[in-house]
Amino acid sequence: MTLLTDPPKEQFRLSMLLYDTRYRSATFQVIALLCFMLLAAWLISNTAQNLAELGKPIDFGFFGESAGYDINQRLLDYDSQDTHLRAALIGLLNTLVVAALGCATATVLGVTVGVLRLSNNWLISRLMTVYVEMFRNVPVLLWIVFIMAVMIETLPAPRAFRGDNATASMLLGDSVALTNRGVYIPEPLFSRSLGDIHLLGESSLRFNVSLDLIVVLAVLIGGVWVSQFIKRRADRIQESTGDRPTTWYLRLGVIVVPLVIVLAALGFYLGHPELKGFNFKGGTHMRNSLIALWLALSLYTAAFVAEIVRSGIMAISSGQTEAASALGLRSNRIMSLVILPQALRVIVPPLISQYLNLTKNSSLAIAVGYMDITGTLGGITMNQTGRELECVLLLMLIYLIISLSISTVMNWYNESVKLEER
Amino acid sequence: MADLAIDREIDRSKMQVSDEVAVEIINMNKWYGTFHVLRDINLTVNSGERIVIAGPSGSGKSTLIRCINALEEHQQGKITVDGTELSNDLKNIDKIRSEVGMVFQHFNLFPHLTILENCTLAPIWVRKTPRKEAVERAMHFLEKVKIPDQANKYPGQLSGGQQQRVAIARSLCMMPRIMLFDEPTSALDPEMIKEVLDTMIELAEEGMTMLCVTHEMGFARQVANRVIFMDQGQIVEQNEPEEFFNNPQSERTKLFLSQILGH
Repeated sequence: MTLLTDPPKEQFRLSMLLYDTRYRSATFQVIALLCFMLLAAWLISNTAQNLAELGKPIDFGFFGESAGYDINQRLLDYDSQDTHLRAALIGLLNTLVVAALGCATATVLGVTVGVLRLSNNWLISRLMTVYVEMFRNVPVLLWIVFIMAVMIETLPAPRAFRGDNATASMLLGDSVALTNRGVYIPEPLFSRSLGDIHLLGESSLRFNVSLDLIVVLAVLIGGVWVSQFIKRRADRIQESTGDRPTTWYLRLGVIVVPLVIVLAALGFYLGHPELKGFNFKGGTHMRNSLIALWLALSLYTAAFVAEIVRSGIMAISSGQTEAASALGLRSNRIMSLVILPQALRVIVPPLISQYLNLTKNSSLAIAVGYMDITGTLGGITMNQTGRELECVLLLMLIYLIISLSISTVMNWYNESVKLEER
Repeated sequence: MADLAIDREIDRSKMQVSDEVAVEIINMNKWYGTFHVLRDINLTVNSGERIVIAGPSGSGKSTLIRCINALEEHQQGKITVDGTELSNDLKNIDKIRSEVGMVFQHFNLFPHLTILENCTLAPIWVRKTPRKEAVERAMHFLEKVKIPDQANKYPGQLSGGQQQRVAIARSLCMMPRIMLFDEPTSALDPEMIKEVLDTMIELAEEGMTMLCVTHEMGFARQVANRVIFMDQGQIVEQNEPEEFFNNPQSERTKLFLSQILGH
């Protein structure tokens, strides 16, 4: 049965595509999409055709060729006979290392500076202002080069550590050496090592995983899990009886004791760097290029993070501080219990941009010769193979993936600190 | 607006003013830069007193009560709260703040914490009360202000009147001996004003020492035992409510009363 209230069917006319509000926006979107696809198709086909005429069609075969250049700072084994693909992988890991180190340092430093800049202590707040203004108003490239220059010029050469009347000495019980060739720090070693697992055979992406590390991590995670279990039990006891059993030594114990036992069983010791011949041997060598890049990126980004933290804190009304003080809370508690939890929701979104900026700025590594992904894939590999388009497209894709991953993780964190209001 | 009728019988059995001095202010002066906000304030409040401080805006009423718990610093004179002199000593300030509760015009609840957490935060971190006990006490006071069922909601989910009652409960959880009210009803709708005033009256009935900055003259008339009138940073006149409203002494008070009650 037809309903009597059916609206009268309107005859569709072509002009309605333009003048009827129901179709109008769809019409424009379809037109825009068609134009965009035409443009993209023209660009791609034109490029491909021109490249083919030049005799170098898009081809990623160069990845299998031998790279022929050295990379001095690396996490995995590599020599100049390895392929371009492996060189790119080493570079990618270097990028991730400096980005992770930089983000962590910038966050800690930035939050501290941001809070201190609001301090009532005149001297401290002014010092922090000077720091912030110095670092955010000078291009980060200059800071990278400057810190590199300072390290090379002022730190002693390895030979200054030698002899009876050495002019330089190692720090922290002869375990750390600051030299103009980089910083040498102790490396963790195991005398009864379980060995490594070799993954991916002999391919370019091969890497070794230390079984010792896996065991130690497993014990650590197990300890934390047991500790969480003890905490939940304490929560339950508190809820039912009101008294909270003192558990901190137990919780610390279940983490520390098994860890110490496992480390002792594996024969853990620190391999100290030692001066042999003209250079330090043993230990972990962090080159000046890595340190300069890491320091410059974190100091530069921390200045922005500090401003974000400061604005986040200032966005919380003074009434919150007043109410908390009137209840008798001291200022450090007010900051940690009342202000920071609220400020976080204002701080986190712009903080994400800063992490992305830091990661992308790490491509300036090329200025001090730190071989990151831009220095390998986008530098020497590109120059040697002449595959500009392939290399740059891949680089863009890699940075895009890194950035999107950071965003995803941070957005997930942002959701968790978001204010539940109504 | 200013004279909302209080339509209930007030139980005055426990409203007793003792000889014990709760707050003593001697020759207090305060400046904001070169602006002289408070001039030669002398005020003694005994335990159990219910004092209403009235006056035009900018007369220094709020500043005065904010000096009592050191939210504002005074530059001259002496403030003693329950025998503790307010000095720059952090310990003294802590002691005074834990004995003096304060309710603000804009509630200032902590929006990231639930109502219950708002009420237990200070007892747990300042008084070191076990959580269970703090929760019990918080529920007791939330029942008293008649919103125990909202305990697990967030402040943003409550109406203004409810929020202000939570703010009162939050202060009470610290077991204060003196309560300061800084225009507690000025940001509320008339209906909500009534529920907050009811809570304040109940508090007065239990013998709490109260200092209220308010424009609620009905409350002043019926609950206060003393009304203080301030103008331009000075205490112009203070008297029992009856005398204050029916027989004001100074011209300034007469003008203020005629404006506030005149229609």
